[in-house]
This record gives sequence, structure tokens and C-alpha cells, in this order.
Amino acid sequence: MKLQAGLLALVLAGSLAACGDSGGGSGDADAAAKATGPITIWYSNNAEEVAWGKQMVAAWNAAHADQKVTAQEIPTGKSSEEVIGAAITAGNAPCLIFNTSPASVSQFQKQGGLVALDSFSDGKSYIEDRSGDVAQQYKSSDGKYYQLPWKSNPVEIFYNKKAFAKAGIDTTNPPLKTYDEFLATSRKLVAAKAAKVAIYPAPSNEFYQSWFDFYPLYAAESGGKQLVEDGKSTFASDEGKRVATFWRTMYADKLASQEKYTGDAFVDGTAAMAVVGPWAIASYKGKVDWGVVPVPTSSGKPANEIHTFSDAKNVAMYSSCKNRGTAWDVLKFATSQEQDGKFLETTGQMPLRKDVATVFADYFTKNPDYKTFADQAARTVEVPNVPNSITIWQTFRDAYSKSVIFGQQDPGEALDGAAQKIDQLVKQS
Amino acid sequence: MRRGPVTRILGEHPVGTAFVTPYVVFVAAVFAYPLGFAVYMSFHDYFFAAPGAIVDRPWVGFANYVTVLTDPAVQRSFLNVLIFLVINVPLTVILSLGLSTALNSAIRWRTFFRVSYYVPYVTASVAVVGVWLFLFSSNGLVNSILGPLAPDPSWLVNSKLAMPTVAFYVTWKQLGFFILLYLAALQNVGADLYEAASMDGAGRWQSFLNVTVPGVRPATTLVVLLATVTGANLFTEPYLLTGGGGPDGASASPVLIMYQKGIEQGNPDVGSAIGVLLVIGVLILALLERRFVGRED
Repeated sequence: MKLQAGLLALVLAGSLAACGDSGGGSGDADAAAKATGPITIWYSNNAEEVAWGKQMVAAWNAAHADQKVTAQEIPTGKSSEEVIGAAITAGNAPCLIFNTSPASVSQFQKQGGLVALDSFSDGKSYIEDRSGDVAQQYKSSDGKYYQLPWKSNPVEIFYNKKAFAKAGIDTTNPPLKTYDEFLATSRKLVAAKAAKVAIYPAPSNEFYQSWFDFYPLYAAESGGKQLVEDGKSTFASDEGKRVATFWRTMYADKLASQEKYTGDAFVDGTAAMAVVGPWAIASYKGKVDWGVVPVPTSSGKPANEIHTFSDAKNVAMYSSCKNRGTAWDVLKFATSQEQDGKFLETTGQMPLRKDVATVFADYFTKNPDYKTFADQAARTVEVPNVPNSITIWQTFRDAYSKSVIFGQQDPGEALDGAAQKIDQLVKQS
Repeated sequence: MRRGPVTRILGEHPVGTAFVTPYVVFVAAVFAYPLGFAVYMSFHDYFFAAPGAIVDRPWVGFANYVTVLTDPAVQRSFLNVLIFLVINVPLTVILSLGLSTALNSAIRWRTFFRVSYYVPYVTASVAVVGVWLFLFSSNGLVNSILGPLAPDPSWLVNSKLAMPTVAFYVTWKQLGFFILLYLAALQNVGADLYEAASMDGAGRWQSFLNVTVPGVRPATTLVVLLATVTGANLFTEPYLLTGGGGPDGASASPVLIMYQKGIEQGNPDVGSAIGVLLVIGVLILALLERRFVGRED
């Protein structure tokens, strides 16, 4: 991208917004909330989710000829969030997007792009009845729900049984509970040349990469704390520093790589372990004989006490939607127990529904590999739903990258510095 | 002489004006207006909003510029791009002039070489970046050849070497285009000048210095300006080759930071301020280059 193109992108979006300002408002919200008729929705371009989306839309349309849903995959861009942000500005976002990142909700909300689901009479109760206590993490700072918690991918440690066997490590119950065990296992794997590195979290500097190295382990170590809580950062604590020191050792001892990898290091056999959620299982089929364990903690907490990052994607309703009555009904239909069951069967991802392990017990009996993720789904930690969320994560990533990945600063010092900056960013909101 | 109303409005050559108008409209729509709007955004607390959303975007004076100029990441990115230009621009001029002179002489496989130099330029950066990642990774081909001389940390994750590596990559990738410019310029250097130099006793090197180099000076000015402008717009390489300007911002460019802040983080006002500063910086550099490289003897 060239500078002109960058300026142009900024400006075109800005101009559209400026044009829109004189547009005279989005109409009567109450009337819109009841309006019914055809709507458009977007879903992810992941093959399994597309398959689920198509059957869901077909099932809805078969029963609602006058409220037809037209669905398509999210248009391609550098990321879904940028495409959605541009669509909000242009006023052509669909009614529902089944791939809304919780980290971007505060930004979309600030843009005036989202509909508070509390504006529907049963909005709040539907969300809280379906998801239980976990729903609270998805409330915005004004106390409203601008997203429906839809599905999570609780992040755990996948390991390659073949590589573990080559290094002479137990493949059914590998020693990966404590940091010491994890480090010793990693050293064994690399020394035995079972893989080039033990684990390969992306070392690049994108704001979201910390969700797959620091954050899951911090959630586990801290007993389920978010990066920011009650208007203040939490990570510059002893727990956060223990996690940062653990990863620093992994990088310093070359058990993890500082270099960018193109492709999937776990599938290619370059790494013997991966930090990822169940969505990845489909891509491992026939390529890796894998096992899965919860993320490590310094003291080796039992599995049923371990929290992790949710890697959730949610559904939001966008303010450009005219027939919001239909959109809300479609949202409830798509997240009904029946559709959640189909979603689980098709994608292996966990609906953000309370007691997912018992509600879909049959599925987990038939697919025991997924049971651990259902158990873990009850203890997931979301990114904090605060304004300046992306800036906060980029600030954190910059400090983490400098200290933990590249060793140019003491990790503890870096976390302290990042905490100060992030506290300022939270205050600005 | 009295002029009619049509002549007053459209000038002496209305057909000419008609031919020029589409381009004027194009420049106004895709360059002048966006630039003006970027300047406007940079002086306001501006963010993108949905049509109809009631938002406050107050005038903030130079606040966005203060934010940008006091941000160490932005400062570092401008330093990085300067390092990039110091390596990239002279190297581009030297290599493209040298290679085009060689290609202009009657050598075997001339067409093959011309195509070879041009292929990287027309290949998508995304595809070529994959090859460079393979070449310059710690276990890559370059380090295998260097053996014990290989740098540690390796090229793209070494804070001192990342930006020079990016500069070499861009030089290599764009060389084909600049060679073409020089090849065209070389056709305009008269053979009689070389003959005269030869009669005066000049060798090949002296002919090159005293005939070729001054003969292609206008092309050199163009090459320097274009290399500076494209270099200042650096984005794809730090985004893809060094994983978002790493290590620790050592290869972050102003446009990358502009993208992060303006698009990803939803602060187009701050992004615009970086863009405006970059435009001013490039203009100053271009004027200096024109003054020193493009001067007439």
C-alpha cells in the first residue's frame, strides 16, 4: 500500500462518514426494532462455518418466505475487523455479522455502528439465559450488550504424539503442567531433534498475537483475570511477570522461535506443540497425531481450575439494519439449542452456552477429543470490553515483543511500563 | 480584441481544455481532495462514524501532531525510513545505472538479462516475500553459505540488520523498473560523444564518468525522486517480511504506523497527522534532491 492509497482509504472512509452526517439520523429506533422483512447477514469464510451458515439460512428461509435472509462470506480484506469498520462508515454493513471480534466491539460502538441488543424486550434475558455468567464479560462500559456471545475456541496446548515419542516423552500424560515441566519437556524435544522448536507462537507484532502466548497463560496463572479490570490494568502483577519470565526463557533458550513462520509450524512438524483452540482440529486431520492438555501454570494447577483465553467470535447487529425485528428473530434462531448443536457438530467450536458439556453430551460421547474443550469453555477469559481496546493490545504487544521475544528489556520492567501507558488509555475512555 | 463568453470560460483552445479536464477531475478527486481532507482530519478529533451517527469532532489544533511527534514509535519509524532511504536510493542509482550500461552494450543473452531484472518488479511482493523469508531465516540459504559469519540474531530479527535487509530487498525488487528508465535515457546519449571522448584518449571508465553519467542526469534526477517517494511509502515489506515492523519496531515505517493507528486502532486523526508530516518530509527531500542532483552544470 502506498501513502496516497493510505491517505485515500482514510479519507474516503472519512468522506463517507461526513456525507452520512447530513443524512438525518437512522430513523425511529423503536419502529426499526419491530420492523420485519428481508435482511442480509455475513459469516466467516472458514469452510466449516460456511457449511453451517448455509444450512441455517436455508432452514430459516424455508419457514419465513416474507423475511428472506441473504447470506455471504465477509468480503476479503486485511482483516474482518477492517472490512466491518469500513462497512459501518459506508453505511452498508449487513444486519448481522457472525464473526464479530469482541476486541473491536468498543470501536464499532464508538462509530455508532452497533445496535444495543437490550433494545429488544427479551434481549438481555435471552443473552444471559443462554450464556450464563460468562455473558457478563461481553457487556460494554455503558452496561449494555452490543454483541451476543456466540462461540468460543478455548485455547489449550496441542502436542504432536509422534514428536513426543521420538523424544521419549509420555504421549498420554506428558509432563506439561508446571512451567518447570514444560521447559524440561521442551528442552528434551529440541535436544532429541523431535522438532526444530518446542512451540511456535507467532512472534510477529500484530496486536492480537498476545492472545495466543501471554494471555492464555496469564488467565490460568491469575485464576481468570482479564488484562484490564475495573478501569485498571492487572498484568503487571507477580502472576503476569511469572508468565512473561516463562516465555522469555522459552525464547532465550531457543525453545520457541523469534522468526516469522509462513504456514502452520505444528502441521509441518517444525514445532512439537501449538497454543490453539479446537477450530484447528479440522486442519490437523490426517496430518498430525495430536493430544491436548490445558495451558501450564507455575504451580501445576489441576485442569478443573485452569482458565484460558476464549478466542470467541460473537454476533452483533449493525445500525444500518432496517428490519431489526427480523434480524433479532434470526439471531435467536441461529443461536437456538438446535442450531448451536448443529454448529458444534459441523465446526467443533464451542457454542457460548452454559453447560455446553451436558447440553450436548451425546456429541462429546461420540467425539471424546472435544470433551476437554467443553470442560474448558466454562472457564474462559475474554479480552476486556473497554474503549481503546486495540490500542491497549498494541501497546501491550510492543512491550512484550521488546522484552520477552527479543530480550531487549527486562520483562518485568516492560510490563510495568506498559501498565502505566495502558492505565492512561483506559482513563481516556 | 473582444472575446466571446465561451472563449472567456474555456480559453483560446476549448478542445484542449476538454481533453485536459478528465485528468484534472481525476487529480482533484483522488489526490487533491483526499490530501485536503487528511489535513482537515489531522486538526480535528476525528474518527469514522456510521451515517446518521451523532458524533462530536472538535477542532484540536496541533494536538494530533504533538501526539505523533512525541510518540517514540513514530519517531523510530521516521528514523527507520531515513536509514532505508540512505541505503536504498544511492544503491538503486548505482546498480541500475551500472546494469543498464552493461545491458546497453552488445552482450550475449541481453534480452534474457533484461527480463530477469524486470521479473521481480512485476511479481507480487507477497509472493517474493516468502522467498526472502526462506533465504534470510536463521537456517536459510544465506546463513548456510555464510556459515560461522552468519549474524546472530539472524537478518530479519536483528534490530541492526532488519532495516538494511528490507532496503536491499526493495532495491532488488524495484531495480528492473529503474534499469528500464536508464536504458531509455542511454538511447539519447549520442554515439558521437563517445567517439569524441575516445579520440581525446578517454578509456571506458572515463567515458562512463564523463559522457554517460552527465548524459543521463535527467534520468538520474527522476530515479532519485521516484526511489525516494516509493521508499517513503514503504509498507508491504515491514508488514509482511518483518512481521509488523519488528524486531521491536526496528523496521516499522511511518506508513505502517499510520495503518496501525489510523485503520486498526480507529484513530484516523493521528494517522492523518503522520501522513501529512510524511508528505512534508518527502517534499523537502525531493526539493533538496532536485537542487543537488538535478542541477545544471
